[in-house]
Amino acid sequence: MMETPTHITKEHIFALLENVKDPEVPVISVRELGVLRDVQVVDGKVIVTITPTYTGCPAMDVMKQDIEAELHKAGIIDLKVKQTLAPAWTTDWISDEGKAKLKAYGIAPPEKTADIRALKGEQPIVECPQCGCKDTVMISAFGSTACKALWKCNDCLEPFDQFKCL
Amino acid sequence: MTEKEALLTYCLRRGDDNLILSHRLGDWCGHGPQLEEDIALTNRALDLIGQARNYLQYAAEVEGKGKTEDDLAYLRNERQFVNTKLVEQPNGDYAHTICRSFLYDAWHLPLQQALTKSTDERIAAIAGKAVKEVTYHLRTSSEWMIRFGDGTEESHKRAQTALDTLWTFTGDLFEQDDVHQLMVSVGVAPDLATIKISFDATIDNVLSEATLERPADAFMASGGRQGKHGEHMGFMLAEMQYLQRAYPGAQW
Repeated sequence: MMETPTHITKEHIFALLENVKDPEVPVISVRELGVLRDVQVVDGKVIVTITPTYTGCPAMDVMKQDIEAELHKAGIIDLKVKQTLAPAWTTDWISDEGKAKLKAYGIAPPEKTADIRALKGEQPIVECPQCGCKDTVMISAFGSTACKALWKCNDCLEPFDQFKCL
Repeated sequence: MTEKEALLTYCLRRGDDNLILSHRLGDWCGHGPQLEEDIALTNRALDLIGQARNYLQYAAEVEGKGKTEDDLAYLRNERQFVNTKLVEQPNGDYAHTICRSFLYDAWHLPLQQALTKSTDERIAAIAGKAVKEVTYHLRTSSEWMIRFGDGTEESHKRAQTALDTLWTFTGDLFEQDDVHQLMVSVGVAPDLATIKISFDATIDNVLSEATLERPADAFMASGGRQGKHGEHMGFMLAEMQYLQRAYPGAQW
């Protein structure tokens, strides 16, 4: 078994993993998404901990493989990627930078779970990522992937995805 | 029966409930009444199969015989499945499918909420995620029940027929046999009498707004939890398990 190069530190691995993006939204990294939870280097073995977004998310297998591929490229072979279910992933873990990137990509970012409208069971006010108008309506709570809802803008009339608050 | 045997059966019950319902919902893929509903149903099916995977993975570990989630899903025989009879019912028309989900979701959400407090860490962790997803499921199926019930004469009739037909299958959701009672005694599972209170409240609220009548409890179907399924289960498993049975060990 090839030993992990001695210059490999936790910080270095975090930096390498910035290259691993969400396969569906390739502008946001697994760290910005809140999926990458921890990196440990123990006796030369690297342990990367990730957490699934939605329970059935099929992108998780791809992200695991991408993490392995990225670290193999850097010569890290003694590696284990493990999944943890608790604490449960929440959209609150998406970094502000991540949310800005989602919006620039054309996906409305999620509101905070503590949003007063969410607490009252009301629809959030979602800004159209295309034209910026707040007069938008939800077409379906279930959109193109498990994590997204489908919305429409009443002003520019374009449909768009919203990353659902979870 | 040991605590380990009861835990195994409990995990299989949770896994099978979700696996079988997920499979039924998946049958709508490409056949939904409109594109958004096609996607919404399969989206919910995806959440459910994810939850099924979590439970079946854990069941395989608890059993400790080296099986995988796939062995449990695709190689068990009919009598070994321990899902509620509710989820094995055929899809029928759209009102029927929605009603089946509504009855399941109204039970499933309070159950998962209670399971977040399970003394079993893994089950609590699975529930921690499931609760968020199932909240969206119940909201959606409730909204559709209201749309159908308080809709046209035709939609109201179909929704009421679905309710009247499916009601008998809600009985086994609340059965507490030896397995379940053992799980309650060690704090793994909640007393289903408390879940029934939430279930009843949801049913009454939604049906009232939907102008639908709650059917009376008459003969309540039973047996699913003991592996004794109705006439639909075998046909469904024959399709679901076909590939692994025909080509053992096949992988992507």
